[in-house]
Amino acid sequence: MVSAVKSTRRLEGSQAPRFAPGDRVDVQGRPVLGHCRTPWYVRGKQGVVVAVYGRFRDPERLAYHFPGLPAQVLYKVRFAQHEVWPNYAGAAKDHIEIDIYEHWLEPAR
Amino acid sequence: MAPKRKSMLRKGAGGRAAHDLGGLSFGKIDRSEHDLQLWEKRTDAMQRLLTNPEKRAFSVDGLRRVIEDYGEQAYDRTTYYEKWIRALRNLVVEQELLTRAEVETRMAEVRARHAKAGRRVSKAKIPW
Repeated sequence: MVSAVKSTRRLEGSQAPRFAPGDRVDVQGRPVLGHCRTPWYVRGKQGVVVAVYGRFRDPERLAYHFPGLPAQVLYKVRFAQHEVWPNYAGAAKDHIEIDIYEHWLEPAR
Repeated sequence: MAPKRKSMLRKGAGGRAAHDLGGLSFGKIDRSEHDLQLWEKRTDAMQRLLTNPEKRAFSVDGLRRVIEDYGEQAYDRTTYYEKWIRALRNLVVEQELLTRAEVETRMAEVRARHAKAGRRVSKAKIPW
C-alpha cells in the first residue's frame, strides 16, 4: 500500500505567497489530465485575489497517493460574472468567488 | 436506484472532464430531499474510516479522482453513493488492502446468502 497520504490541514511555510489580496490574476487555461480542483469555466479568466488561506498539500498529487508536496498556497479569487459567462445578463457587480491553488495562477497580463 | 436521466452530451464542453459541468446546459436539477438508505449510510461510514487520520488508506482527493475518471455514461447514470461505493471498492484494491479476487469472492458469497434467504438479488455487475 502506498501510504504517503497525509493530513490535508494547513502547513507552515517560510516562503511568502506569490500573490496578495487585491492582485489581479489570470487562471491558466491549460488542459488537465487527472484530478484538479480548478473548474473548467474559470480557466483562462481574469480575477482578483480576495483572500490567502495558507499553504496546503496539493490535491492533484494527493489524488494519486503522493504526499502532496510541494504544498500550494490556496487563494480565494473573485471573478466578475460577466467575465466568466460571455452572455451574462445579470447586474455588473455580480461576482463568483472560487478557491484556487497557486500553481494555477499567473499575474494578470 | 439509478437516476432516470440518460447520459447527456457535453455540448461545447471542449474536452473538459466528465464531472466538470459548470455552465453546461444539463436539464433541471432535482432538489427534492430524500432519506438515505442503509447501504448509503454505510458507504459514507466506510469513506470516513478509510480516509481518517489513523488509517489514511487514501485521501478524499483520491476518491474524487477515481469518480472523475468514470467517463460520461457511468458518471451520468449513477447516483452519488453509487459513485462512492464503486470508487471505495477500487481504491481498496488499488492500495492493496484487499485483492480483486477477495472482493469478488466475498460479493458472490453475499449474493448467494441473500438468494438462499429468498431475497431478490441483483445480477448487475459494477464495472471495475
